[in-house]
Amino acid sequence: MIFYYKRALQDIIDHKFLNAITIITIAISILIVSAFSLFFVNANEIINSWKKGIRIMAYLKPGVPEVKIPELKQKIKRINGIQDVRFIPKSKALQLLKKQMKRQSSLFENLKENPLPDAFEIRLIASSQNQDKVEIIATRLESFPQVDEVEYGKKWLGRFTNFFNLFRLIGYAMGGLFFMAAVLIVANTIRLMLYSRREEVEIMRLVGATDRFIKAPFYIQGLIQGTFGGIIGITILFITFMFISSSVDQGFSPGLFTIKFLSPGAFFGIILYSMFVGWIGCYISLKQFLK
Amino acid sequence: MIEGKNKSSIIRMFHVNKNYGAKKALVDITLDIPKNELLFISGPSGAGKTTLLKLLYLGEAVSEGQVLIEGMNLSRISSKRIPLLRRKYGIIFQDYKLIATKTVFDNVAIVLEAIGKKRRFIEKKVKSVLRTVGMEDSLHSLPLSLSGGEQQRIAVARAVVGDPKIILADEPTGNLDEDSADIVLELLKRFHARGATVIIATHDKELIRKTGGRVIHLNQGYLQKTTTV
Ligand SMILES: Nc1ncnc2c1ncn2[C@@H]1O[C@H](COP(=O)(O)OP(=O)(O)OP(=O)(O)O)[C@@H](O)[C@H]1O
Ligand SMILES: [Mg+2]
Repeated sequence: MIFYYKRALQDIIDHKFLNAITIITIAISILIVSAFSLFFVNANEIINSWKKGIRIMAYLKPGVPEVKIPELKQKIKRINGIQDVRFIPKSKALQLLKKQMKRQSSLFENLKENPLPDAFEIRLIASSQNQDKVEIIATRLESFPQVDEVEYGKKWLGRFTNFFNLFRLIGYAMGGLFFMAAVLIVANTIRLMLYSRREEVEIMRLVGATDRFIKAPFYIQGLIQGTFGGIIGITILFITFMFISSSVDQGFSPGLFTIKFLSPGAFFGIILYSMFVGWIGCYISLKQFLK
Repeated sequence: MIEGKNKSSIIRMFHVNKNYGAKKALVDITLDIPKNELLFISGPSGAGKTTLLKLLYLGEAVSEGQVLIEGMNLSRISSKRIPLLRRKYGIIFQDYKLIATKTVFDNVAIVLEAIGKKRRFIEKKVKSVLRTVGMEDSLHSLPLSLSGGEQQRIAVARAVVGDPKIILADEPTGNLDEDSADIVLELLKRFHARGATVIIATHDKELIRKTGGRVIHLNQGYLQKTTTV
């Protein structure tokens, strides 16, 4: 066993440059793959939190008598896909607005009358929280004569989701491409290694060494390349992440959302993936070389 | 005719031909080697001595005929079992086949490492074998820094370090002065005395005369005659 490691390390030392290139290539592909996964994890999080917050505001025409409100509320409630309806009288809306804009409160001081409309805030059940359903419900609401305007601000959410899906596709394609590139580079390095040791391999076979005995150090080498490449790739990503997230935190109001780094599980998953890259590259060239 | 008769045969060849392309290196060789024989294969350069040895350890495959080693038919052996076949042998190659990038110690040790021996055992065994061939001072040298004769002694050490059942020696004294040649010959005799089957390919008549035994004479691929010295 020690013998295998000794030989693998010897090979790495003997071919520093080649191994460095291989490890860097693996690191780059790991960096790209994990950068994409990091982006997806966070984008998913944000989209989910937005989806949860999907609500429809139905603003009423001025002059709807207060006694009619409960009846209207019931009617709205009967629309399919609605979880909860809340009436927000214009006085409350103004209060809320004043609270939100404390610093600019002077603006409100000389208001003679409340310019805001009464409104219903409508929350949807989970299965209705998509673009199509939201639009159907909105149209229903607009058909009420008392309703002046319907707002469900996140029209762009649908477009964003589409964009996100496209991006995800590109991510998969890039991941696949870089996986192949990394595998081929490892395969090539191991092939050169094998070539430089072909005499030795031949002699080992003649003195009765099994293929397993001959191959093991190469696999160890592939795994070492994979592990180091993975660690370096993730480290670069982490440093970049720290850099970006600290500047993002300064720029945006904190608490809006927090960007997260990969979970420990994902971290080890990526290292394993990277080791797999090393292993499979090795497998390919050994298969060719030792028929 | 020979088949099944001699149970103690360790190596048997039946009507073996070996061609390299159009070149006939061995023609219709039938040979029966009993266990624990000391056998010489003699003949001029190009006679086919090395080729015959190669067929025994599957360095080359026969073109026609059969080779049996301890009853195992080499034409039907699976590639997985080839290493097991080769572990029966200690081979002194005519061109030594030492690994240029490894030290003398590692060159000899690899035989024992390949069969999973313990580090401590390997150290002791390799050093003792190197002492026997008078090379204990060159443990850490690289083969190419040694003289031809010294390299040959390393090759001998590697061949015997695993205590093989069969020793194949291809011109084992070709590059040695008389004293070193005698040491190697003594070593081979000692293994023979301990029960190993020893096959020596050589065109050195003096070596054959000094040792004695059955001699197979090859010429241009034909088994010309068998004599006993
Ligand atoms: N790999 C090969 N390809 C083609 N021809 C070969 C090959 N190996 C050997 N031969 C030929 O087969 C014949 C027998 O060669 P072999 O090496 O067995 O001779 P030898 O008896 O060992 O000679 P020497 O005493 O010089 O070592 C020679 O004519 C040689 O040229
Ligand atoms: Mg020869």
